[in-house]
Amino acid sequence: MRQDPLIPMLGEVTMIRTDTPDVKTFRVVGIDGKKPFEHIPGQCAMLSIPGVGEALFSITSSPTEPDYVDFSIKKCGCVTTWLHSMDVGQQVTIRGPYGNGFPVDTELAGKDLLFIAGGIGLAPLHSVINYCRHYRDRYGKIDIVYGSRSKDDLVDYPEIIDEWCKEDGINVHLTIDNPQEGWDGHVGFVPNFVKELAFDTSKTVLMCGPPIMIKFTLAGLQELGFDKSQVYTTFELKMKCALGKCGRCNIGDKYVCKDGPVFRLDEMDELPDEY
Amino acid sequence: MKKIARSELNALFAAIAEQKQLFIPADNTAGQAEFILWKDGVALTEKLNTTRSAKDLFFPQVENLVNFKVSDKKMEIIENRDPAAPFVVFGVRACDCRSFDILDSVFLSEPVDTFYKARRENGIIVTLGCTKPAETCFCGAFGIDAANPAGDVTCWLDGETLYWKSNTDKGKALTAALSVLTDCDENAVVAIQENTRKILEKLPLNNLDLSGFESDKLMELFNNPAWTELSESCLGCGTCTFVCPTCQCYDVQDFDNGREVRRFRCWDSCMYSDFTMMAHGTNRPTQKERFRQRFMHKLVYYPSNNNGVFGCVGCGRCLQKCPIHMNIVKVAKKLKEVAK
Ligand SMILES: Cc1cc2nc3c(=O)[nH]c(=O)nc-3n(C[C@H](O)[C@H](O)[C@H](O)COP(=O)(O)OP(=O)(O)OC[C@H]3O[C@@H](n4cnc5c(N)ncnc54)[C@H](O)[C@@H]3O)c2cc1C
Ligand code: SF4
Ligand code: SF4
Ligand code: FES
Repeated sequence: MRQDPLIPMLGEVTMIRTDTPDVKTFRVVGIDGKKPFEHIPGQCAMLSIPGVGEALFSITSSPTEPDYVDFSIKKCGCVTTWLHSMDVGQQVTIRGPYGNGFPVDTELAGKDLLFIAGGIGLAPLHSVINYCRHYRDRYGKIDIVYGSRSKDDLVDYPEIIDEWCKEDGINVHLTIDNPQEGWDGHVGFVPNFVKELAFDTSKTVLMCGPPIMIKFTLAGLQELGFDKSQVYTTFELKMKCALGKCGRCNIGDKYVCKDGPVFRLDEMDELPDEY
Repeated sequence: MKKIARSELNALFAAIAEQKQLFIPADNTAGQAEFILWKDGVALTEKLNTTRSAKDLFFPQVENLVNFKVSDKKMEIIENRDPAAPFVVFGVRACDCRSFDILDSVFLSEPVDTFYKARRENGIIVTLGCTKPAETCFCGAFGIDAANPAGDVTCWLDGETLYWKSNTDKGKALTAALSVLTDCDENAVVAIQENTRKILEKLPLNNLDLSGFESDKLMELFNNPAWTELSESCLGCGTCTFVCPTCQCYDVQDFDNGREVRRFRCWDSCMYSDFTMMAHGTNRPTQKERFRQRFMHKLVYYPSNNNGVFGCVGCGRCLQKCPIHMNIVKVAKKLKEVAK
């Protein structure tokens, strides 16, 4: 009974995984047991608990997963705290998918890809990474730089170590902010790490993370010789309808929920600096 | 064209109300004009326009979206649309009528807002040509002719007679069912129109120059230093957005009555400090950014996406109602002055 885009459908949570002290991943299917909708990597969906509220989250699973959609959600307010407190079998409402997604089949096809993520920023990129792994021959080399406050805050750590790190043609570069017992990997902030790794400037960059990380990493990339037109990122703004109508996510003549959340950085130069 | 004697207006309203709900601009108990459900005794206001616009009837301040029944881990979605009854809104002014083009471009573009659409389909708009446009009117700056408004039906009223001309199929169907109307000649309204146009010509804001807001000037206008001074005294009360016929920002909220959860939508305002508040703060931290958003949207962002059509119809409500006497005309003039 979806007679309006604002009216959600019901879904059921079939799996909950604790990733970090404040991030859990939730698997959602329709109440018919099937995947609720098809999506493009980088798109989002609205989840809600009636009476608590509705909030927008990136779909972290790849579209190539036939049976479900996953969301990695950081606990930070009403809806997210409620989601973190629930058990498997809980019904939720879901509507989507929303947004433009990454141009995986056009501009990114055939390219060497450099993914740069900080903290929960891995969420939207996770979908793209697994999509590219599924269609491995459509893309060149893949580098993934991922950083978090500590080892415990790296989302999807087992999958990264057991799957991504073991695949040919994929290089994973992990970093944490401060030294920690049991960590023999890199220590330091993402922007510096990216500069140290001195990537080949022929790569196309997909970057998600806190605004401060984006800002400094972009500066580092530009120092290395990257152009803004090679860098894609996602915006996070307050959203309510996700339909381009409630007005909340309006920046310049764009609606981030509809025209984004994925933007190429050179396109952003034409937008007022309000993000 | 049809007509009816002014003294017979009550009979016309009764004939319409027999078929559909009828709303007319009338004075409420507080002495303000608003669109009121007509019943015998409700009289047309003498005021030029309603305090709040005709938008309310199509995009109400609060409306139900859906209900949910939540029990333990299960939930149920329950239809809870406000019933959509066919209605006629009489006495809509030319500016407010044009505002529906703007609201349509938002709500009827994909994905269509079916709540708004149902009301648009159910509603018949009967406009009324203006005979006494006010100093705060500047519909002319947007190419709107107050002497010849659009709508499903257009009416003109002078001391003796109401003239009635149907424009659309909906309007014609309504007209066909109103036997109280009698035929008359098209030229009957020429004198009324000429008189209106004469007044319009002399209005101070009628020829407001709105060049210089083209989309290639977006960044320049955004960075115009005048925003600081213009927004300085803005209280962030949101009055300008609530009375505006083209403002369409909304919020969605849940209300839990213990048995069911009612999800409703209500008007919101970009003038409010929490409009874009997020966990890591807001991207519009001071009233300057919020104030700029409202006027940039109407003067630059909306036109940039809509072939240069402005998101304002010159109704003058924000000129009349702002407690600090700030408004879109002052903003437009100041921006141009500083840009020079
Ligand atoms: C395009 C997009 C993709 C997103 N993807 C993810 C994701 O994959 N994983 C994830 O954990 N989160 C994601 N978010 C953020 C998520 O939407 C917010 O964390 C969530 O709305 C907070 O809801 P809440 O009810 O728990 O918080 P509330 O109780 O509503 O608020 C707690 C605090 O969070 C603020 N808040 C409300 N909405 C947002 C918002 N959109 N962004 C940030 N803060 C907000 C509130 O203003 C308040 O300060 C995404 C947001 C957007 C716009
Ligand atoms: S901005 Fe002011 S003058 Fe323009 S339509 Fe809105 S209320 Fe009327
Ligand atoms: S411009 Fe005037 S009416 Fe609008 S929010 Fe500011 S003080 Fe209120
Ligand atoms: S979230 Fe409503 S317009 Fe983008």
